[in-house]
Amino acid sequence: MTAVPINWYLLLGAILFSIGALGVLVRRNIIVIFMSIELMLNAVNLVFVAFSRYLHSIDGQVVVFFVMVVAAAEAAVGLAIIISVFRNRETVNADELNLLRW
Amino acid sequence: MNPVLFGVMACLLIASALGVVFLRSPVRSALSLVVTLFLLAVMFLLLNALLVAALQVIVYAGAIMVLFLFVIMLLNLQEQPPALVRLGMRYAAGMVGSLFLLGVIRLLMGRPAPVPGGGMSGAVPEAFGSTAELAERLFTHHLLAFEITSVLLLVAIVGAVVLAKRTLV
Repeated sequence: MTAVPINWYLLLGAILFSIGALGVLVRRNIIVIFMSIELMLNAVNLVFVAFSRYLHSIDGQVVVFFVMVVAAAEAAVGLAIIISVFRNRETVNADELNLLRW
Repeated sequence: MNPVLFGVMACLLIASALGVVFLRSPVRSALSLVVTLFLLAVMFLLLNALLVAALQVIVYAGAIMVLFLFVIMLLNLQEQPPALVRLGMRYAAGMVGSLFLLGVIRLLMGRPAPVPGGGMSGAVPEAFGSTAELAERLFTHHLLAFEITSVLLLVAIVGAVVLAKRTLV
């Protein structure tokens, strides 16, 4: 059985990251934008785990652990911000939230 | 990992990731994201990252996605028509896209440098990716980062409570 070369994992990670970036650019619902950011974080996690396997080093998985912690904290605070924005403005459309735009 | 299995998993992953971006209703996007996260967990498992795979299911597919679904249902959103992409954005996307394409071509042509241990096809130790090994590394080399993480989580908890409260103090 032949193993999958690391290139393919990097390619898959790049594709997933691009799909996440596309979501941030084209969607207007800030919750969906938020989910796209989670998708990008996970694409990076995949690359870290693939390199951890490739180099036979556990450090990549430790970094993934920290990324997950940061993602959890970010999700909690971000969703709290979304709730308080919705309470004040009655919208989650990113185009209508332009108070800080110059 | 078997190349055929990898191909099937990669196709499913890309399809569900596209679902996150292009499905109209936020609830469907969220469910599509759950599928993506589970598939990634399986992929971690096949890459000998046992603890990370378990954490992926528990933390991401469990805790974070429940949080997302709660907020979506709390806000009771209507479906929106897809946004029109502005012209400047299209140029930017075209430039980033062609850079990406160049990177992909480079990636597929290149040969990975030989590493000790045989890379992807080399056998890993029995305990590789287990809780014990990861914990040992975490509590020796990365102890400071781990301790700072606890402060970060505390700040996040306090911040979330303060932000979501009805009246700001």
